[in-house]
Amino acid sequence: MSALKTQKRDAVANDDLGEETRLRLYRTQLEIREAEQRAFDLFLQNLVKGTSHLSLGQEAIAAGCAVAMRPGDLSFCTYRGHAHTLARGVPFEKVLGELMQRDNGLMRGKGGSMHLTSVDHGVMGSYAIIGAHLPIACGAAWRAQYKGQKDVSVCFFGDGTTNIGAFHEALNFAVVWMLPVIFVCENNLYMEYTPISDVTAVKSPAGDRAAAYGLPRIVIDGNDADVVYRTATAAYEKARVGEGPSLIECLTYRHSGHSRADPAKYRPEGELEKWKERDPITIYRERLKQFGVRDEVIAGIDAEVKRVVDDATEKCKAAPMPPAELLTTDVYADGGFAWRN
Amino acid sequence: MAELTYRDAVARGIAQEMARDPDVVFLGEDIGKAGGVFKTSVGLYEQFGPLRVRDTPISEQAILGAAMGAAMTGLRPIAEIMFSDFFAVCFDYIANEFPKSRYMSNGQVKCPLVVRTGNGASSRFGAQHSQSVENWCMMIPGLKVVAPSSPRDVVGLLAASVRDPDPVIFLEHKSLYATKGEVPDGEIVDTLGTAKILRPGKDATIVALALMVPRALAAAEKLESEYGIDCEVIDVRSLVPLDTQTILGSVARTHRLFTVEENPRLCGWGAEIVSIVADETFYDLDGAPVRVTTPHIPLPAADLLEDLALPSVDRIAERVKRSLES
Repeated sequence: MSALKTQKRDAVANDDLGEETRLRLYRTQLEIREAEQRAFDLFLQNLVKGTSHLSLGQEAIAAGCAVAMRPGDLSFCTYRGHAHTLARGVPFEKVLGELMQRDNGLMRGKGGSMHLTSVDHGVMGSYAIIGAHLPIACGAAWRAQYKGQKDVSVCFFGDGTTNIGAFHEALNFAVVWMLPVIFVCENNLYMEYTPISDVTAVKSPAGDRAAAYGLPRIVIDGNDADVVYRTATAAYEKARVGEGPSLIECLTYRHSGHSRADPAKYRPEGELEKWKERDPITIYRERLKQFGVRDEVIAGIDAEVKRVVDDATEKCKAAPMPPAELLTTDVYADGGFAWRN
Repeated sequence: MAELTYRDAVARGIAQEMARDPDVVFLGEDIGKAGGVFKTSVGLYEQFGPLRVRDTPISEQAILGAAMGAAMTGLRPIAEIMFSDFFAVCFDYIANEFPKSRYMSNGQVKCPLVVRTGNGASSRFGAQHSQSVENWCMMIPGLKVVAPSSPRDVVGLLAASVRDPDPVIFLEHKSLYATKGEVPDGEIVDTLGTAKILRPGKDATIVALALMVPRALAAAEKLESEYGIDCEVIDVRSLVPLDTQTILGSVARTHRLFTVEENPRLCGWGAEIVSIVADETFYDLDGAPVRVTTPHIPLPAADLLEDLALPSVDRIAERVKRSLES
C-alpha cells in the first residue's frame, strides 16, 4: 500500500483541480454509491430482476473518468456499467427503471441491467460479452480520427478482460492505427470469484501487458478520484492531439459480490475490511474538508443525492411495465422485425 | 455494358459506393496494398487512399468490432473477413453485437455496416476454408443476409447493402470469382429482399443460391433438352429479407418445389422455405418438396470427394426427374 499512500499525499499536496471539479467528483461518487446500494436493496426485495453487477467501492474510477470527459466523449461500459452510465449524467430514475424492467427505463426494459445505453449522454452501450467492446471503442475512435473530430472513446473493463483475445487484438489495433481511445481496467482483484492473480501470468493484469503494445505502464490508485481524474485528463489530452491510446489500470476493490446476491465468501477474512479503510467516498469527504469545503455544503450534497435516489425509487415503483407491443420493435431499422415479405 | 468477372464486380461495387459517400470506409486483411487475397479490391487503395482503404492485422474480432464502433458513430464501413469460415473466431460480433444493439438499446444504436466474405466450396481448400455459412447468419434476428450469383448482382446488391441501415452479411462465392457476366455502365443499385426468376418454367420450381444458381440453370437446361421437363429457376439472392412471395407464386404455378443448397443438410435455408411453402400453399403442391443439399458432413479437400459432396448439375437434374416421375 505504500505506493498508494505516496500517490494520496501527492494528490493532496497539489490543488490543481479546483472546488467545482472536486464537488462534481464527490457528488458523482456519492450518487453512484447511493444508487448502487438502492439497487442492491431492491434486488433483495425482488424489485430489481434478473441480474445486477454493482460498483460499490469502485465509484472513484467512474467519477474520475467521467468528470474528466467533455460533452461528446464516448463511454463504452461492461455489464458492471451502472456507475459509468450514472457518471455521464443519465438520471438515476432512467437507470433504476431499466433495472426494475419498467416502461420508464432507459431502454424501456428491452436491455436490462447489463446493457445500459444512453447515446444522448455518450454512453454507447454496456457490453455483457467480456472484451467485445474494446474493438468497438476502437471503431468509434477510428471515426473520430477519420472525420477529424476531437472526441475520445473511453472503454471500461475489469481485470478478467485482460485474459481474453479481444483485449489483445484491440490494444494492438489501437496502437497501430494511433486511435484516440483510452482503455481503463478496473482491477478489483477478482475476475469473478477467482483471484485474478491465480489465473494471470503477470502481477498487474493490464499494466504489465502495456509494454507488449509499446504503451507506458500506468497503474494507479483507483480509489482516489483525484488520481483517476488527473490520469484520465492526461490520457484524453494525449488522444485528442493524435498521440494515440492509453491503457490505465486502476486498483480498486468491490465491496459487494460479483453479481446478484453473491456473498463473496471466496475472499479471505479481513480483506474487505482493509479495503473499506480506503473507501473512496470516505477518502473524498476528508479531501473536501482538507480543502476547506464546509460541513454543511457536504451535508447538503448528501441530502440532495439521497432525495434524488428516494424520488427515483418511488417513481420507478409506480411506473408501468413495458407494453406487449414493444416485444417486436426495433429489430431492424424500419422499426419492426419483418424478415420476409 | 461491359463484361466483368465476379471478382472485378466486387471492386466496382465498392468503388461505386466509396465515390458516392465519403463515410464509406473499407477495412480488412490484405485488402489495401495487396488488392485482396482474392483480388477483389484491386485498385481501391490507389483510388481512395490509405485512410479509407485500411489494411488490418489478422484480428477478426478487431476488424468487426471496429466496423461496428465506426458504424454506430456515423461511418458506413465495409469489413472483409477473408474466408467465411473465420466467422467462427469473430462470431460474437455477428451473433451478439451487430444484430442486438438496436433492439437492446430500444432503437438508440444503429449499426449500418457490411461484412463481405468469401463463402463456399469447390476450391479444394478442405473443411475450414470451404464452408457455406449462410445458415449461421440467417438464424440470427437483426441481420440481413445476401448472396449474389452474378457480377451484375454483386454490384447492385453490394450497393444496396452499403446503403441499408441494418448490418448486412454479404456472402461472395469463392468459386464464382472467376465467372464473367454483363454489367451495365453507370450506377447500379438493387433491392434487398427480391428474388429473381432467372428461367421461367411450368413443371417445377427450383430455388437456388450463389454457386448453386448456375448449376440449377444448367440442370434445368438438361431436364428440358433430355426429358422435356420445363423448370422455373429462382435465384433467392437475399435470405434475409426473404422474398417469399416470388417463391410462393412460382410454386402456385408449377406445383412442385426443389431447393438446391450448398450448406450441410441440417437447418439449411431450404428447410425454412419448404416449411413456409407447406404452411402457406400446401394444397398447391402436387408432390413432396425436395431439398438437394450437401450431406451433413465437414467438407473434404480431394476434388473427387468434394465434387461428390456438393449438389452437381447431374444430381439436381436426376433428383428433379426422379421426383416428377414418381
